[in-house]
Amino acid sequence: MKMLLTMICCAASVVSVAQQDAAALIKKIQAKLDLVNNYEASGKMKTNVTFLKVPEADVKIYYKKPNLLKIKNEKGISFVPKGAVSINLSNIIGGNQYTVIDAGMDKVGTVSTRVIKLLPTDDNADVVLSTLYIDEAKLVVLKAKTTTRENGSYQLDMTYGKYAVYCLPDKLVFTFNTKDYKLPKGVTFDFDDGAASKPAEKNKTGKAEISFSSYTVNKGVDDSVFK
Amino acid sequence: MSAIVSVDNLVKQFGNFTAVDGLSFTVNEGDVYGFLGQNGAGKSTTIRMMLTLIKPTAGSIKIFGKEILHHRSDILRQTGAMIERPDLYKYLSAYNNLSIFAKMSGIKVSKKLLMDQLEMVGLQEAADKKAGVFSQGMKQRLGIAVALVHNPKLIILDEPTNGLDPQGIADMRNLILRLSNEMGKTVIISSHLLSEVEQIANRMIIIDRGKKIVEGSVEELLDPEHTVVDIDTTNNEATQQLLASSKWNDYLQAEKPLQLMMNKTQVPALINDLVAGNVQLLSVKASHSLENYFLSLTTRHEHVEAFAN
Amino acid sequence: MNMWRLLQIELFKITRRPRTYIAFAAITAIVFIFQFAFKADGQSYMDLMMQSAKDEFAFDRVEAINGYFMCYIILNTLLIQVPILVALIAADSISGEANMGTLRLLVSKPVSRTQIILVKFAAATIFTIFLLVWMAVTALFLSIVIFGTGDMLVFRTKGTESMIMQITKDDVMWRYYAAFAYATVALTVIAALSLLLSIFADNSIGPIIATVCIVIVCTIISNINVPIIDRNVKPFLFTSYLVGWKGFFYIGTNENGNTIKGSLENWPAIRNSLMILIAHIVLIVGISIAVFRKKDILS
Repeated sequence: MKMLLTMICCAASVVSVAQQDAAALIKKIQAKLDLVNNYEASGKMKTNVTFLKVPEADVKIYYKKPNLLKIKNEKGISFVPKGAVSINLSNIIGGNQYTVIDAGMDKVGTVSTRVIKLLPTDDNADVVLSTLYIDEAKLVVLKAKTTTRENGSYQLDMTYGKYAVYCLPDKLVFTFNTKDYKLPKGVTFDFDDGAASKPAEKNKTGKAEISFSSYTVNKGVDDSVFK
Repeated sequence: MSAIVSVDNLVKQFGNFTAVDGLSFTVNEGDVYGFLGQNGAGKSTTIRMMLTLIKPTAGSIKIFGKEILHHRSDILRQTGAMIERPDLYKYLSAYNNLSIFAKMSGIKVSKKLLMDQLEMVGLQEAADKKAGVFSQGMKQRLGIAVALVHNPKLIILDEPTNGLDPQGIADMRNLILRLSNEMGKTVIISSHLLSEVEQIANRMIIIDRGKKIVEGSVEELLDPEHTVVDIDTTNNEATQQLLASSKWNDYLQAEKPLQLMMNKTQVPALINDLVAGNVQLLSVKASHSLENYFLSLTTRHEHVEAFAN
Repeated sequence: MNMWRLLQIELFKITRRPRTYIAFAAITAIVFIFQFAFKADGQSYMDLMMQSAKDEFAFDRVEAINGYFMCYIILNTLLIQVPILVALIAADSISGEANMGTLRLLVSKPVSRTQIILVKFAAATIFTIFLLVWMAVTALFLSIVIFGTGDMLVFRTKGTESMIMQITKDDVMWRYYAAFAYATVALTVIAALSLLLSIFADNSIGPIIATVCIVIVCTIISNINVPIIDRNVKPFLFTSYLVGWKGFFYIGTNENGNTIKGSLENWPAIRNSLMILIAHIVLIVGISIAVFRKKDILS
C-alpha cells in the first residue's frame, strides 16, 4: 500500500516535473521566435491539391509581429490556402492562452522529439488542440498538428538549416483539409477526351510545400504588403 | 453545211414523267434555229441537257461534232447561253457580273472587252449599277452580254423575249439577226410563239410533249401552199352551201365549217367569188396551216388545263 | 480552268456580299459586350466560379481577370454560336446561286462540277479562317490591350470532377495559336456540312436552319452525361470534338499535381479528335461532290 502510494506520488511528481519541463521548453521556443520581429523570405511553393493544377511558384513570404503573414507570387497568380497564416509558429505558440501537456516522446523521421500538446484555455477559441513535436537538442519544432473548430485540421512539417536560430525552417510542408470543389453547373462545355476521371477521394487533403531560399530578418516590412 | 448540233434519240425521264421522248434534230452552222413548243413541251429540258445542266436518261448530244458528256469543257467554252430569265448576281454591278462570267468562260478579260460588250447591248451607262436595280429589259440585255462575252460560236437563248416590252422584243430580234448575219454565229432560240420565230429563224423544230412534231426550213414549213382561210358571214349555212356547190368545194376542210386550205395567191379570187355571190362577209382570215396547228396545240393545252382545274 | 482563278472569283463574290460582314459585326458585338461586362464586374464572375473554394483559398481576383482569361471565356461562349455564322455563308454556297438563277450559268461554264464544289468549299474555309482571325484580333489581342496579360486560369469540369488549372503567362500564347488552328478545322466541318446541305436547296434559309439544328441536336446529345450515350453515341458525333480546342489549355501535371510548362495533359486525344474532324471534312466534301455531280439543275 505504502509502496503503491509512493509510486503514485512519484508518478505524479514525474508528471508535474514533466509538465514544468514542457512549459519551459515552450518558453524557450517562444523566446527564439520572439527574436524575429519581421521577415521577408523568398522561396518556391508547390501546391498539391486534387482540384488545383497550378505551377510551382516563386513566392515571397512576409511576416510581421504578432500575426501578420502574407504569401505573394511575384510573377503571377497564387492560390494561397487560407489556413496558411498558421505556417508561422508564433500563431500557435504565441501568447499564453493555453495549458501545456507533455505527451512523451515520439520520432519524427529518425529524430526523437518531445510531443507537447497545447490546450487553449479559451473555450471559444477556434483552435481546439495543437500538438508540437520538438527537437529538444536543436530547440526547433519539427512538426505541428492543429485541430480547429471551423477550418478542419492542419499539419506543419519543417526541416531546418541556417535559420534554425530563429526557428525559421528551410522547408515547410503545410497539409490541410480541402472540401470538394464544384463549378457552377452549365458554365463550361468541356472537351471530353475520353480518359476516365479518377474516383474522388473521400478525405481530401491538400499540401503546400514551401522551400525557402533566403530570409531577411528584422529589416522591416511595410504594412502595405499585408493588405 | 456542217452540223453544229446533232441530237439523237434524246430521252429524259423525271421519275415516271417523260419530259423528252426520243427527240432528234440537227442544227447547222450559221443557222438561226427556232425551237418551238408550248410551255412544258420539253424545250428547256432539252436545252439544259445541251448545256450539261441535266443528264440525259438516254440518247446522245453532239456539239461541234463531239459528244457533250465527254468533251464538256471544250464545247462549253465555245457556247454562250441565256436560260429562261437572265442569271445575275444582284449585289454586283453589270460590269462585275460580266467580268465574272467572262473569266469563268476561260478567256482573258480586259476592261475594253467588257465595256465594248456592254456597249453592244446598250448598257455602257449602267456599267457600275448593281444588277439588282435593273429593269427586266436591262437584265435581259445584260444576260445577252454574258452569253456573248467570250465570243462563242454557238449561242443558245431560251425564251429571250420573255417579259420584254414590244420595243425590247424588236431590239432582241435585231440583235439576233446581227449575230447571225454579221458575225456568222449559230443561234438556237427557243420560244412558245411561232410569230416570233418565223421572223428570224431559217430553220425550226416544233416539239410537243417531248416529241418532235415537225422539223425543217421555215420557208418550207411556212409554204404559202398551205394557207388556211377562215370565213365568217351573216349567214354561214348559206355560204357553206354556196361554196360546196362551187369550184371551192375541193378546198373546204372537213373539221371545221367555212374553213378552206389553198395557196395564198388564191385568196383574192375566193373573196371576189363570195362578194359576187352576195355573201355578207364579216371577216376573212388567212393564216398559215402551221400557225393554225400551233394554235390548236395551245388550245388543246388550255382545254387540258381547264379540265384539270 | 485554273482553280486559283476560280477561287479568286468566288472570294470576290463573298467580299461583295453584305451578309458576309454580318458575321464579323456579330462577333465584334458579342466580344465587346463580354469585355464591357468583365471590365465592369468581372470579380462577380470569379466569385461565382470560386464559390465552393473561396473559404479555403485566397487569390488575386483582379490579376486573374486578364486578357488571356477573357479570351478563353469569350471563346467558350462564342464558339457555340460561330457555327451559325459559318453556316450563314457556307449554306448559301450552292443554294444562293440556285436562288438567284446564277447556278444555271455557273454549271454551263467550262468548269467541272467537282471544281465548283472544291472552290466553294475553299472559299467557305477561307471565310471561316478570316472569321477566326477576327475573333483572335478582338477576343484575344484587344482583350490583352484592355485587360493586360497574366497567368491564365482555366475552370474545367471533367466527369464529376471540377478543377482549376493555372497556366503561367509565358506559356499561354502558343496554346491560343494551336486552339485557333483547331477551331478552324472544327468550324470547317460545319462549313462542309452547310455546303452539302446547300446542294439540296433553292434558297439558303433551309440549309442554314438545317445546319444549326444538326449542330444543336448533336451538341445536346454530346452533353447528355449518361454512360450508355457517352460510350455508344458520343464518339460518333462530330460535335463532341468541336470543343477539342480546349484540350490545348488542359496543361499536363507531374506526380505532385504541379503543372509542367509547355505540356498538354492529353495530346493523343486532341490529335485523334483532329483526325476525326479532318475525316469528317473529307467525307462530307466527297459526298458533296458526288451529289452535285449527279444533280440535275432545274432551278
